[in-house]
Amino acid sequence: MALTRKEVEAIAHLARLSLTEAELEKYGAQLEAILGYVESLNKLPLEGVEPTTHVSPATDRTRTDNPAPGLTQAEVGAIAPEFRAGSVRVPRILEE
Amino acid sequence: MAGPAALTIHEAAAELAAKKISSVELTQAVFARIKAVEPRVHAYLHLTEETALAEAQASDRRRAADAPLGPLDGVPIAIKDNMCVRGVPATCASRILAGFVPPYDATVITRLRAAGAVLTGKTNLDEFAFGSSTENSAFGPTRNPWDLDRVPGGSSGGSAAAVAADEAIAALGSDTGGSIRQPAALCGLAGLKPTYGRVSRYGLIAFASSLDQIGPLTKDVEDCAILQEAIEGWDAADSTSVRLDGPPPTRAIQGDVQGLTLGIAKEWLTEGLDPEVRAAFDGARAALEKLGVKFREISLPLQDYALPVYYLVAPAEASSNLARFDGVRYGLREDGANIIEMYKKTRSAGFGPEPKRRIILGTYVLSAGYYDAYYLKALKARTRLREDYLNALKDCDALLSPATPTPAFRIGEKTDDPLQMYLSDIYTVSVNLVGLPGLVIPCGFSKANLPIGMQFIGRAFDDGGLLRLAARFQDATDWHRRRPSLG
Amino acid sequence: MAEYETVIGLEVHCELSTKTKIFCGCSTAFGAAPNSQVCPVCLGLPGVLPVMNAEVLDRAIMVGLAVGCTIPKRFKFDRKHYYYPDLPKNFQISQYDLPLAHDGHVDLGGGRTIRIKRVHLEEDAAKLVHEGAGEKIGTGTAALVDYNRSGMPLLEIVSEPDLREPAEAVAYVKSLQTLVRYLHVSDGNMEEGSLRCDANISVRPKGQAQLGAKIEIKNMNSFRSVEHALAYEAKRQREVLGQGGTLAQETRLYDEASGGTKPMRGKEAAHDYRYFPEPDLLVFTMDDVRLEKLRGRLPELPDVKRLRYVQTLGLTDYDAGVLTGDRAVAEYYEAVIAAGAPPKTASNWVSTELLGALHGRKLGIADSKVAPRQLAALIALIHRGTISGKIAKTVFADMIGSGADPEAVVKKKGLVQITDEQALAATVREVIAANERSAADFKAGRQQAIGFLVGQVMKATGGKANPQAANKLLREELGKP
Repeated sequence: MALTRKEVEAIAHLARLSLTEAELEKYGAQLEAILGYVESLNKLPLEGVEPTTHVSPATDRTRTDNPAPGLTQAEVGAIAPEFRAGSVRVPRILEE
Repeated sequence: MAGPAALTIHEAAAELAAKKISSVELTQAVFARIKAVEPRVHAYLHLTEETALAEAQASDRRRAADAPLGPLDGVPIAIKDNMCVRGVPATCASRILAGFVPPYDATVITRLRAAGAVLTGKTNLDEFAFGSSTENSAFGPTRNPWDLDRVPGGSSGGSAAAVAADEAIAALGSDTGGSIRQPAALCGLAGLKPTYGRVSRYGLIAFASSLDQIGPLTKDVEDCAILQEAIEGWDAADSTSVRLDGPPPTRAIQGDVQGLTLGIAKEWLTEGLDPEVRAAFDGARAALEKLGVKFREISLPLQDYALPVYYLVAPAEASSNLARFDGVRYGLREDGANIIEMYKKTRSAGFGPEPKRRIILGTYVLSAGYYDAYYLKALKARTRLREDYLNALKDCDALLSPATPTPAFRIGEKTDDPLQMYLSDIYTVSVNLVGLPGLVIPCGFSKANLPIGMQFIGRAFDDGGLLRLAARFQDATDWHRRRPSLG
Repeated sequence: MAEYETVIGLEVHCELSTKTKIFCGCSTAFGAAPNSQVCPVCLGLPGVLPVMNAEVLDRAIMVGLAVGCTIPKRFKFDRKHYYYPDLPKNFQISQYDLPLAHDGHVDLGGGRTIRIKRVHLEEDAAKLVHEGAGEKIGTGTAALVDYNRSGMPLLEIVSEPDLREPAEAVAYVKSLQTLVRYLHVSDGNMEEGSLRCDANISVRPKGQAQLGAKIEIKNMNSFRSVEHALAYEAKRQREVLGQGGTLAQETRLYDEASGGTKPMRGKEAAHDYRYFPEPDLLVFTMDDVRLEKLRGRLPELPDVKRLRYVQTLGLTDYDAGVLTGDRAVAEYYEAVIAAGAPPKTASNWVSTELLGALHGRKLGIADSKVAPRQLAALIALIHRGTISGKIAKTVFADMIGSGADPEAVVKKKGLVQITDEQALAATVREVIAANERSAADFKAGRQQAIGFLVGQVMKATGGKANPQAANKLLREELGKP
């Protein structure tokens, strides 16, 4: 399973990571090795098998529509890297 | 000498009850021990000495006033640094959470406080719990108290080392693919990964949501039951938590194990298994047989697929859970001219190599065009793996396996080859994939005096049955009483 | 010259008006200070987990049932991944392949049925305000994020591309607005953002089965915007094709100022959302018992009610439409006829007099000081002949402000209609005497003159005379030789 450098770059962008040349090379190779290892799954007959997404035996968990105390604006401000006028401030968002 | 810090929970509780020691004295002893050995062990990332002493004082006051006491009242417990404690930094051993102080308590912390526990601090881990050695911590590795040149295991290496070195009476860890059980084995402790859904995950900084569980790391099985009982139970804040019925752990641990059947999968005892581990395992089997336990060879035909399934499912969920670390609302923020630049600079600077690797792998297997080929396939294989285990547990009350393929390896030995590191999870990952309980206790020592562990795997919600098996084994053996010679 | 057909599909988002958010207990009240209705869960702090609001789920299924959807036995939630500062976890919990309802329809009248592909739930994102130069994306120096809106429950209703005209698209959205308000599940207010709409529009040569390039239109914040944007786009697309050009799939924004649409610049290739099943939420199941219970919570739906008013109560379609446009008005009307008023009379009084008076005071039906039984009593007074229709309007004007019973107002103002012939006889003779010319005209054969004379009797009695009685008496008197 050969991974092109372009593919690794595309994945890195999807995950909002900037990788250096060396990292692109290293992670690309490691990713390939791991994917090669997991290729063994193709040997398993899996037609008609339902995927397991949850191992908890429960279903239908809900809560009632009653308000519960949360955090104050000050508490949000205390953990935010940048806070102004009661809001979390972030750098500009380019049209995308 | 560790003094009172060497006590177990049940011993400490007895001494506290008998007024032979106060919680303040006990806590001071633990912190004195921390001061003495921490420079060599590096189990902790953050100590909360002042608040611990205040909590200890409060406990002593409750005791003096004959007020109702919790099962852990006055006992110093350490917490792995991927669980939120209000007002105490939580880093997940990562730079990306630099400065983050949670404004809320994890449910297990609320329960520990209700039980009267004293919290000593936050322990080291592999960054975001990705790893089997604690070498992936952004703040330096933790060393195995049994041999300071070796790893304590991971990812809950800090918690394990703290308990093994008497830097805490007991600790909480988390387990996604073996992260409680493998360090328990490498450090000679009892470590339980409860049945999925038994312990609330609210406040546990998620790695893989369908695999993660919080559990105890303790000096013996009796302590394990006490700590597990204090933290488990249905939680309104966790949709995946389950209402428990049946006897609680401290009651389920009592009783005989005569006539119980343990299954051993033939796929487990392979050539690659370290001969010393094999010898210890065989010795443990003999000891269990002496207690009247019967053994039976079973087969887990999909055993070889467990690791591939795990290394698809876990990174996929991890890549999703780690998307929130972006510099916007908390933690590290690196400046950028625009939001995308900020995201990329923050995440690239904040995440270490193992998180980056898993995020890339996880993002890849979930991406368009690859979902069916990798992730969906892994989920289907997971179903079949689960059928294997459930079938095996029809004819057996529980299963017994080695805990790790080797005793503790040297620091730096496996860091160049991630795949090599992943292979050391071979006995533990299936248990998370199928949601069953797994309990590790020591069953021997290598010639180099390194602990060797074995693992009990049980039916869903039969955590109590595992504790009972392990407790009767510890009644008849001494491995758990040994201590590392840290001085 | 090829004739083109416009093809429109709509995605309508409706904010459910539950007390708390979809996955946490934060309040949903409108207008709070920024970041004051938040908690670790809707902020996406490390370690948090979602727990589904039962009322959100119930309301969503009610909407599905109301539009005739199939509710499957199992449905689940999925994570939809993309990075944006209004998305705390950088994924949105939504529904991908197993939504809570599918395959329904909305009837717009005139034989037009619009199929509904699916209805699903998701969490809303936070609110972004762009700081600095201009308020448009890309021109600011920074952005400010308010997480109060993060985690609000959103219901998404997706139609098939069955709409053919901008006006029809508006009618469809209005129909959904009426519906969600009827069900009391949402305020359905486009101006406040509790009802939002995105469109997919394409054109194709008439008779062609294959759809043209699908163009997405966003940023339509009112019914008028929807109509203008779609009309503009339909025209624009025809022009491009008419000139031999081609259209490619893209997303465009409606620009209020120019009344047209503009391309969203720099849009990256279609998002790879990397959907996978949400592990922190369990699977949800639905059984017939629960489904019936939820069906039982549905009120009589607007279309059914409208038809009933026409067929059973004998109202015109127009009048039925006015009364059923708002559930509270319809229920008020139904209370009036339940108190004994005849349907047609009650219809006129409610839609013209009552709503007119309330509208003039900028009030809604809920603010009416006149209770349904009081209006019914007023109508009964007219039918009994106690007061004339004209006097009744005077009484009503008082009731609107005072909330008093009609009988009390009539009594207080002495407005009881004079029907007694003896009481009227004197006045009739006086009027004839004072209006010799009209009396003579009538006697000479001019029938219309009686109207003038009746009017004079009304004037002389301050409007209280029963006009029919006055008419009769005048004729009798004038008939005498």
